[in-house]
Amino acid sequence: MPSGQFDKGESRKKNYMLPFRCKRWGECVLIALFADIHANRPAFEACLAAARAQGAASIVLLGDYVGYGGDPEWSVATVMDLVAQGAAAVRGNHDNAVGNPREQLNLEAQIAMEWTRNKLGTAERQFLAALPLTLSAGDYLYVHSEASNPSAWTYVRDVDDAIRSMKATSAHVTFCGHIHRPALYSISVTGKITAFTPSTNGPVPLLQGRRWLAVLGSVGQPRDGNPAAAYALFDTQTNILTYCRVPYDIDQAAGQIRKNGLPASLAERLYVGR
Amino acid sequence: MVKPSLDIGAIVDGFLIEERIHVGGMASLWRVSRADLPCPALMKIPKLGEGEDPAAIVSFEMEQMILQRLSGVHVPMFIAAGEFAVQPYIVMECIEGKTLLGRLPELPLPYAEVLEIGVKVATALEDLHRQNVVHLDVKPSNIMFRPTGEAVMLDYGLSHHVQLPDLMQEEFRLPYGTAPYMAPEQLLGNRSDPRSDIFALGVLLYFYSTGVRPFGKAESLRGMRRRLWRDPVPPRKLRPDYPPALQEIVLRCLSVEPSWRHPTAAQLAFDLGHQGQVKLTARSERLASDPWTAVIRRRFNTDLTPSRAKPALGAQLASAPILAVSISLDEESGPLNDALLNMAGRILATLPSARLACLNVLKQSRIAIDTTLDDAGHNKHVDRMVALKHWAQPLGLDEQRLTVHVLQEIDPASAILEFARVNSVDQILIGARQSSLKRKLLGSVSARVAAEAECTVTIVRVARLADATISGPLDQETTADADAVVSDGTVNLFTRGAPSIP
Repeated sequence: MPSGQFDKGESRKKNYMLPFRCKRWGECVLIALFADIHANRPAFEACLAAARAQGAASIVLLGDYVGYGGDPEWSVATVMDLVAQGAAAVRGNHDNAVGNPREQLNLEAQIAMEWTRNKLGTAERQFLAALPLTLSAGDYLYVHSEASNPSAWTYVRDVDDAIRSMKATSAHVTFCGHIHRPALYSISVTGKITAFTPSTNGPVPLLQGRRWLAVLGSVGQPRDGNPAAAYALFDTQTNILTYCRVPYDIDQAAGQIRKNGLPASLAERLYVGR
Repeated sequence: MVKPSLDIGAIVDGFLIEERIHVGGMASLWRVSRADLPCPALMKIPKLGEGEDPAAIVSFEMEQMILQRLSGVHVPMFIAAGEFAVQPYIVMECIEGKTLLGRLPELPLPYAEVLEIGVKVATALEDLHRQNVVHLDVKPSNIMFRPTGEAVMLDYGLSHHVQLPDLMQEEFRLPYGTAPYMAPEQLLGNRSDPRSDIFALGVLLYFYSTGVRPFGKAESLRGMRRRLWRDPVPPRKLRPDYPPALQEIVLRCLSVEPSWRHPTAAQLAFDLGHQGQVKLTARSERLASDPWTAVIRRRFNTDLTPSRAKPALGAQLASAPILAVSISLDEESGPLNDALLNMAGRILATLPSARLACLNVLKQSRIAIDTTLDDAGHNKHVDRMVALKHWAQPLGLDEQRLTVHVLQEIDPASAILEFARVNSVDQILIGARQSSLKRKLLGSVSARVAAEAECTVTIVRVARLADATISGPLDQETTADADAVVSDGTVNLFTRGAPSIP
């Protein structure tokens, strides 16, 4: 099957919802991927603008559109808009927590989540609740946390977590986020695994001979020590993946968090990317 | 899956297979052609299948990734790659001629030739390092020369690219490389130090100038580890006429500790190209290896064995630039030379591995035949070298970091530009005179150097005397500011510039 074609059979079997028109997938070449936007409007706007300027023809959203940040309504509205235009989106644990108070979150996230719940209307909540946990398109799998048990929200911290995820799928490339730190794992035919911390703007060809797990950095709350917003571009024709960073107006994002009375540490961490 | 068998006359993705050139342990090489190619081409096909070394696949994957990212005259041009699912291959430019391995029967080569090879290969390595690649398999069979003279590095199957996942590192716990050429840190599993290539080039230079491999041909890990504590026999013991400067350079390349080697390949090329200026230490004259007591001490010195902090390739290159400073030695240049000294001192203070080349252009006359002697019978060339050393003396640079060069040329700007290009200079410091009649008539050397150089150029000027700059209307403001400054005790700064302070 040519890469980029939508695999209808498999996804129907797993009863995944398809919030975008499949036909677009065969056409697109350059995909922009965004993970962990976390209601950070200036960061998401900067990433979208940069990706469009680089010629991204299609968009994949890897979950956690809300939580932590001060612009949840705008964030969800933008995601709904993008999905209506054909973007693919999966559900993250924070999106899940909006309609599910039993979802475990840390204290600060809990405070932000209670505030977020009151900000979102019925339409937004229904939209988030209806998003699929995973989406499979041709050789690619999109999921928020990892592939072996998407609803358990396990972090891909190391090689062992990566092996578990890659063994659970036959996709050539799995794209995920959740941990807010970019990483790239691959497994060879002989079962040997490699781990790599990608450098910014260094294109990496995802060779056909092995399978890959691409963990994206976060748009709205980077935690790898680099405060710039993170996204990725993937060329489905050449299989080249590029991890990108864009600077954005952190003052504005932090101001929005403070203005809404959310924990100050959520604003401060944006400046240091931790 | 059964792979289609390859044979002469077959067509793979449009490439006509013409001739098998080589069959190696990991891959076979075929000459191929396609109508639209600008140059002769080579197809590399990995050995895949049961019982083959898994390293063959991984190193092929590495080469496929790395070669696509490289460009320039020191690399065979990448043309195409085939996917593993169908027929894995890489098509690249075919460099005509033989590898350096073909010279093996002629060893030892004349010293001048070894030096020439060294400069070319070091220049090629510098180019690779700047493209974020550590070659890690520098050896004669991976080196060719273009008809224009530049060295081309082949085979990136064991290389490391800073911006790509290192498949070799993760896959194999044992070090991969070619035993006689492998650097000590590479044996210990560090695959990201560009100075490993400098070590391998040192082995090559030693071998080609003496006919003997400095660490033998041991293939066992144990035998290879001997180089961690056993130093090689000094080349002068093998060839009594061995030039001390070459021994100095070669033994420095072969230091166990990477930080004792030349910090960059560009600096190594510089030393090889300016042998006369290499600082000769005790090792340049040595005739014997270290005594067994020293070897035993090293053997059981555990400090050497743990893997050290791995420097980032880019940072390593950036910390060891080559600076060139152009100095005029005429009478009126005093203040300008002081300013240049000041600026050079500031730059060198932050970069402990940087080296400084002091240049002076001895202008040749266009018409008259120049004599090397001045009116008093002194050799002008030597006099100027002495003067340059004198200029640099306050910088307190170790001789390894300082060289002086008197360039003989009709046109000073061309001389400086050519020196910078040939020696991979990273930054030029050059003084600009205040406007003078001479400059108006002849054009400015510094302006031309700034416009045409391929590297950073810093133009240094003597601070203008403030008398000339502070004019009437400004006087009141400076006076107002000065009160505050005076109370800080920095009045000296202003006394010269603002005579109006009460």
